[in-house]
Amino acid sequence: MTSEEIRTFVEKAIADNDVMLFMKGTPEEPRCGFSARTVAALNGLNARYAALDILPDPRIKQELVAVSGWPTSPQLFIDGKLVGGCDIVMEMYETGELAEALGVEQPDEDETPDVAAADPPATTAPLGIENRL
Amino acid sequence: MPTTQDLKDRIETALPGATAEVEDLTGGGDHFRAEVVSQRFAGLTRIERHQLVYGVFGDEVGGPIHALSIKAQTPEEEQT
Repeated sequence: MTSEEIRTFVEKAIADNDVMLFMKGTPEEPRCGFSARTVAALNGLNARYAALDILPDPRIKQELVAVSGWPTSPQLFIDGKLVGGCDIVMEMYETGELAEALGVEQPDEDETPDVAAADPPATTAPLGIENRL
Repeated sequence: MPTTQDLKDRIETALPGATAEVEDLTGGGDHFRAEVVSQRFAGLTRIERHQLVYGVFGDEVGGPIHALSIKAQTPEEEQT
């Protein structure tokens, strides 16, 4: 696969998925603490999202950074627009803006999982786009 | 290897009037947390604020600076 094909794949993933997460590892097995926290926030809201592991080929990250202009991972896109990385997602989770952006209900305060520590709930089945790279 | 003082100085130089508190999250000199307070953030979205701080380091973020966690507030927001 050429770099151009990877870029096209990344752009298509962003365009085709309402909620698209680029991360290190998978939602089931995040390979970085920042990716793990981002996944936990999305899972805490029972959000449906697609996720792509950027680790299998260094060119995935190169092309993603070129497309988004954002230098680090994870990167969350909603409706084709970059929302941000872990810090922004966590701030938005805490303020309720993330639930709003995702169009989901913010869980009641006492049901809010401790996203910093929580494992992804097994019942959540992210769309998990197949990594075809 | 960048130090917390390097990062603090560079942020404060690039964003005049800003104050930055920088922490080395792992002690390894490549995962940092920067809490930055600047009037420059007023009126900017979260994305724009973070990009302003990332912009100080260019390609180093994602390279030698493997991770840079950012909290970006205006002086007014910091008060609340």
